[in-house]
Amino acid sequence: MLMDSLEFIQQMINGFSLGSMYALIAIGYTMVYGVLRLINFAHGDIMMVGAFLGYFGMAVLGLPFVAATFLAVVGSSLLGMLTDKIAYKPLRNAPKISLLITAIGISFFLENTFNVFFGGTPRPFNVPEYMEYIINVGGIIFSVASLIVPIVTLLLLAIILWVLYKTKYGMAIRALAFDVNTVNLMGIDANRIIMLVFGMGSALAAIGGIFWAVNYPSVEPMMGVLIGLKAFAAAVVGGIGSVGGAVIGGFIIGFTEVVVVAFLPEYSGYKDAFAFVLLILVLLFKPTGILGINFDKSRF
Amino acid sequence: MIRVNNLHVYYGLIEAVKGIDFKVQEGQIVSLIGSNGAGKTSTLEALLNSVKKTGEVNFSGYDTINHKTHTLVQRGFSLVPEGRRVFINLTVEDNLRMGAFNNDENYERLKDAMYELFPRIKEKRLQMAGTLSGGEQQMLAISRALMSEPKLLMLDEPSLGLAPKIVGEVFETIAKLKKEGITILLVEQNAFVALKISDYAYVLENGKIVMQGVSKDMIGNDEIRKKYLGG
Ligand SMILES: Nc1ncnc2c1ncn2[C@@H]1O[C@H](COP(=O)(O)OP(=O)(O)OP(=O)(O)O)[C@@H](O)[C@H]1O
Ligand SMILES: [Mg+2]
Repeated sequence: MLMDSLEFIQQMINGFSLGSMYALIAIGYTMVYGVLRLINFAHGDIMMVGAFLGYFGMAVLGLPFVAATFLAVVGSSLLGMLTDKIAYKPLRNAPKISLLITAIGISFFLENTFNVFFGGTPRPFNVPEYMEYIINVGGIIFSVASLIVPIVTLLLLAIILWVLYKTKYGMAIRALAFDVNTVNLMGIDANRIIMLVFGMGSALAAIGGIFWAVNYPSVEPMMGVLIGLKAFAAAVVGGIGSVGGAVIGGFIIGFTEVVVVAFLPEYSGYKDAFAFVLLILVLLFKPTGILGINFDKSRF
Repeated sequence: MIRVNNLHVYYGLIEAVKGIDFKVQEGQIVSLIGSNGAGKTSTLEALLNSVKKTGEVNFSGYDTINHKTHTLVQRGFSLVPEGRRVFINLTVEDNLRMGAFNNDENYERLKDAMYELFPRIKEKRLQMAGTLSGGEQQMLAISRALMSEPKLLMLDEPSLGLAPKIVGEVFETIAKLKKEGITILLVEQNAFVALKISDYAYVLENGKIVMQGVSKDMIGNDEIRKKYLGG
């Protein structure tokens, strides 16, 4: 009995940690969708680039972990903003399907570029020792990393919400989700706000990528594909367009996977499928997701 | 203040505005009246370069041709769009903040001034703008447009869908704004209220200006009475 509740707490910590990573990546999907109505399929690959930049920062430049993370964040934001500027911005008035196809193209481009230059073999990610330090509290065993991941995620979430609700830039992002023309009438360059969204989303994806690399200590060019799809599922489950929803969706999928692996080990081979089962159920029964925004009804 | 020469507006092959000339002098209220589809909204959008147009628009001495909508707003244009278009998912106060996006240093002062101008919206300042009544949304849209301290305020059918009492309230405020020195270009289907407060008026029909004159005289004009003032 005691063992059971210990096991339970243990798995909750794991779920929280995994959910945090999905949440960090899902926020980028949901924010870009909010301002452009685009499922940015390259977002998972931006995360991959972030993880690689962290890897290079430490393995090549010899930077400490925190500095390498900073490099990853800056590099990924710039890359995110650049994809918007060169690939999406020229298509602002094009049909949405062109935008979507472009996103898939960027995704393939990033994956294959990294494959050509760095090869497909996973490279070991140098996790700093203090992150791997094991703590044992009354039988519950967890690493420092599994504690830091959710704490940093919640902190970042607080910052994002503060930006969205308390700063003029955040208000413009929310306004843009409903009415682009009127945002321009405020003397605001909507394109700059969209760029900001790409920058913010990509920065969070980079942190998610680094956390992923810390947990499964390796990086490889295709790592963004499955994680990206699951984070996308998380964004839809939570309600695409809603940042709070993306976080809730991320945690739901993270916890589901952990619970399946821990308590239904015979189904653990299917763990990657659960995110998509949830996605299909949500699309069937509540397409706007848990905290979803009905853009069709509320957009002018 | 603003001078427009030979303005045309096109939507694909449709020509919605067919070569009009007009001007608005500093400190005046000029109204542009006309019925549905006359080209009033298209004209305002052309002034802000948000539709495809040809012709010359000169704003306090410079040609606006190469400017984007948002830079023109930064330079002193402000539009209260048709149908108000408040940001329904933002609070009343945040709507005002958006209006002052490029006017941070005066935000607090202007906000208080707007609450004084429209005490009704002050009561609801923390409510989502989507929950306001039509009249309140119109007041909010006007306040929001004033937050950038425009040189030229353009209003597109501010009376649309409002009860007569509220229309009176809104137009009293517009008259008050003129007294404070704001230049106003007013677009209206409701010719009577527009002519009553404006100094000069243009009548637009099928994309062409068919009549113009001092507003006071136009109210007395038989043709105007028949066509736009209901007899
Ligand atoms: N986006 C558009 N695409 C095609 N035609 C348009 C578009 N917008 C307006 N038009 C056409 O241009 C003409 C002028 O429209 P506009 O909206 O300027 O009229 P208006 O005077 O503002 O009318 P209302 O009083 O109904 O608002 C109309 O014939 C309209 O059908
Ligand atoms: Mg109109």
